[in-house]
Amino acid sequence: MADEQPKDRTEIARQFIEAIPHAKVLGMKLTQVGDARAEITMPYDARLVGDPETGVIHGGAVSALMDTCSGAAVMVHPEAPIATATLDLRIDYMRAATPGDQITTRAECYHIARSVAFVRATAYDNDFERPVATATGAFTVERAPT
Amino acid sequence: MRRPEPVQIVKQRRDAALQRLVAGVPYIQFLGIEIDRRGDELTGVLPYDEKLIGNPMLPALHGGVTAAFLEVTAIMELTWSMTWEDMEAGKITEDAPRVVLPKTIDFTVDYLRTGLPRDAYARARVTRSGRRYASVNVEAWQDNRTRLFAQATGHFLMPQRDV
Repeated sequence: MADEQPKDRTEIARQFIEAIPHAKVLGMKLTQVGDARAEITMPYDARLVGDPETGVIHGGAVSALMDTCSGAAVMVHPEAPIATATLDLRIDYMRAATPGDQITTRAECYHIARSVAFVRATAYDNDFERPVATATGAFTVERAPT
Repeated sequence: MRRPEPVQIVKQRRDAALQRLVAGVPYIQFLGIEIDRRGDELTGVLPYDEKLIGNPMLPALHGGVTAAFLEVTAIMELTWSMTWEDMEAGKITEDAPRVVLPKTIDFTVDYLRTGLPRDAYARARVTRSGRRYASVNVEAWQDNRTRLFAQATGHFLMPQRDV
């Protein structure tokens, strides 16, 4: 049981993310998941550009990625909530993502209470030494009836 | 005393300036956001589309779409208020260089209700506009103006302008 469950949940999480219409149009891919952590990538896409002068991706698209990845981290918390929704999300933009680079977000659900989960996330382009943006959020926790 | 300008000229100038601002951003087109104008007041309009869904079971708008819609509306309002005087003075012409957009420093979204699968609207208010930094508040609703489904506050770095 113990060793089949993580793999099972990874697959469920992947299917869950890939069934989200907005995640699909942004080309999001769940690359790592497990133990309250998730990693999702989003390819560079000219349609997501926010500043045509520079070709830099709009902050809004990064928000969508951060939100999805944070929600995924909540869903794979060992306490296994059955559903979650964003209560609040704050994003700090450290620098412009390099045009052409894919964006990778890593999120961690670092605390879960009865009805609320707390998450932090970081977004990177190809340079993993210098984050593009960080986020902190609070999410609702729906638990299975006991 | 100078006679007021004919209404068509005023409208044409303002609509052309707004159009140039909005059409230049691919991401605004991608989400299908429109900006509605009444005098100097702007309203962001997000027509419903299946690709904006984040939870297919409910269904509900993606939280990231809501955040993006609020951020786009905030940036447009800020840019609009920042360029209004130049635009009214006729300084923003067809061949003028593109307006440099403010950069988001941080953006905090409060999700108050589920975003329903229907059109959404947003209006932003510049709460503080300095030479380098600006603070903007933005509210979004769907069926009822008083029942907000999300609100946000953001800080922005203003582009360095000549003068």
